[in-house]
Amino acid sequence: MTTGVNAHPRFAGQQHRLRLRLGRWAGRGLLVLVGLVVLGAIWEAYKSWGPADGVSVFGARVLPRTSDEAMPHLSTIWHAFGAQEVGGAITLGPTKTVLDSVVSAAWHTLRWAGLGFAIGVTVGFLLALLMDRLAVFERALLPYVVLSQTVPLIALAPLVSKWGQGWSVGPFTWERSTSVSIIAAYLAFFPVAVGMTRGLKSPSAVHAEYFRCCAAGWWKTLIRLKLPSSVPFLIPALRLAAAAAVVGSIVAEISIGLEGGIGRLILEYSQQATGDPSRVYAAVIGAAVLGLLAAAIVTAVDFALWRYHRGTGAR
Amino acid sequence: MSQETTTSEAPPPAVELSGVHKTFALRRGSVVALEGIDLMIGRGEFVSLIGPSGCGKSTLLRVIGDLLPPTGGEVLVNGKSARRARLDQDYGFAFQQAGLLDWRTVQANVELPLELHGVDRGKRQRRADELLQLVGLSDFAKQRPPQLSGGMQQRVAIARALAESPALLLMDEPFGALDEMTREHMQTELVRIAGETGAAVVFVTHSIPEAVFLSNRVVVMSPRPGRITEIVPVDLGERTDDTREAPQFYAAITQVREALRGRAVDATDDVVAGIERAQGAL
Repeated sequence: MTTGVNAHPRFAGQQHRLRLRLGRWAGRGLLVLVGLVVLGAIWEAYKSWGPADGVSVFGARVLPRTSDEAMPHLSTIWHAFGAQEVGGAITLGPTKTVLDSVVSAAWHTLRWAGLGFAIGVTVGFLLALLMDRLAVFERALLPYVVLSQTVPLIALAPLVSKWGQGWSVGPFTWERSTSVSIIAAYLAFFPVAVGMTRGLKSPSAVHAEYFRCCAAGWWKTLIRLKLPSSVPFLIPALRLAAAAAVVGSIVAEISIGLEGGIGRLILEYSQQATGDPSRVYAAVIGAAVLGLLAAAIVTAVDFALWRYHRGTGAR
Repeated sequence: MSQETTTSEAPPPAVELSGVHKTFALRRGSVVALEGIDLMIGRGEFVSLIGPSGCGKSTLLRVIGDLLPPTGGEVLVNGKSARRARLDQDYGFAFQQAGLLDWRTVQANVELPLELHGVDRGKRQRRADELLQLVGLSDFAKQRPPQLSGGMQQRVAIARALAESPALLLMDEPFGALDEMTREHMQTELVRIAGETGAAVVFVTHSIPEAVFLSNRVVVMSPRPGRITEIVPVDLGERTDDTREAPQFYAAITQVREALRGRAVDATDDVVAGIERAQGAL
């Protein structure tokens, strides 16, 4: 059997490729760590040796003051995570630390953003399909898709919250957090709609002609040609969408005034910041980790779809 | 349909073109790509279309394959309309770029047309095995196209074009991007494959020796408007590597070259006819 002869080297080849990819990813992870260390070093160096009043150009401060209020030591921020939560910030009881609050708030925001991301990606995807199927839709819809992103979020959030209030269908009731997810979706759908529209158009003329030769209809062409070819466009779009969903959630929480999420926590900590600025940084770091987590999820998708990347192997 | 009688008795010719005309509308005015094309290609016949750039040879191939609609005349493939023939998969198409899907293995690429037409898995695999054997790539079934050389990719594309056992193979400069040695090898292979499958081939090329080596007839075309100026029959018997050094081979090359330069008497007649027609139109 030829398969018996072929099986081994093929398996080895795949394993080798996988190992190469894993190695590359480990390298990338290491670089991120090095980046963090360098960033921390710059922070501390500036704090130690930078001018106390910051750096101003024509009266506008471009670099911050180096006081403990403006730039707490990294160790202070680190310790802030372990500090006892003061009553009133978030009703968690006296035994909770700042870390607990941040983790809990980040988890809430992640869930809202996740739902928003899912809705946004679905809507963006369907819009792209619609625009691909009928050119009329592309001409009619695309300007509005672009226009949608110029509406200021701060203005939109309370409106969405108001529209949705008290609305329910069957077991589903519109919570205030639903508004947050919808606003996250509103930001997240855009890169997916635009990226997928381009991705669906990306197959070369030869491929399009070949599928026509095979008398393949729209659906079969979509499944076997257009979707696989659009993966290199989809991944960056998803990455942008994930970041947009997180940012959208945070901004929406603040402008709706919903409690329990990281956006609200940042706001609360900054209001009590006169006492302890390091807590604001703790919450901001929480938000940043949230963003990284969202990006990591997309990276996992990226990894799973490696086969569809352009130029797999050497050409 | 006037072809009814022929279809019921003898099998129809692979391709029948009568008075085919193709005009492309431009932003300003239009350009005539093909004019008055009459051509009949028998079953199992190998015909090359040759001519300078812009003579409409690729356009003609696409009209036969129903990738472009003609603006006039009749196109019959296997005795059916070009569209019907495309839907029935009566022809296979190979392009200058192999046009394989990089995310599929070589085998899955060959199976693609069968998959698109709902052939079941077992049959698909058996057919792909046969075809890969035919083009000598059985050992590469599990590789992906980017790992193969240009010549190998082109062989996969040919295997893919043959998947539905078409009576007709349409090829648009499939060896255009290959180096000379690979190219000659592929030509020998193609002659063998065409012989084994019994498929008629319409082969578009820029290369005179290639056209002569491969074909039973070489159709010489001229540009603006694209027309057939001469059809050169080539009788070289069985093609081997020695064929390339045979005096008849060179004689045929000279004949095609002269036809391309427009020295042949028939061509002059055609040009005169063309001018007369043009004057009539004015």
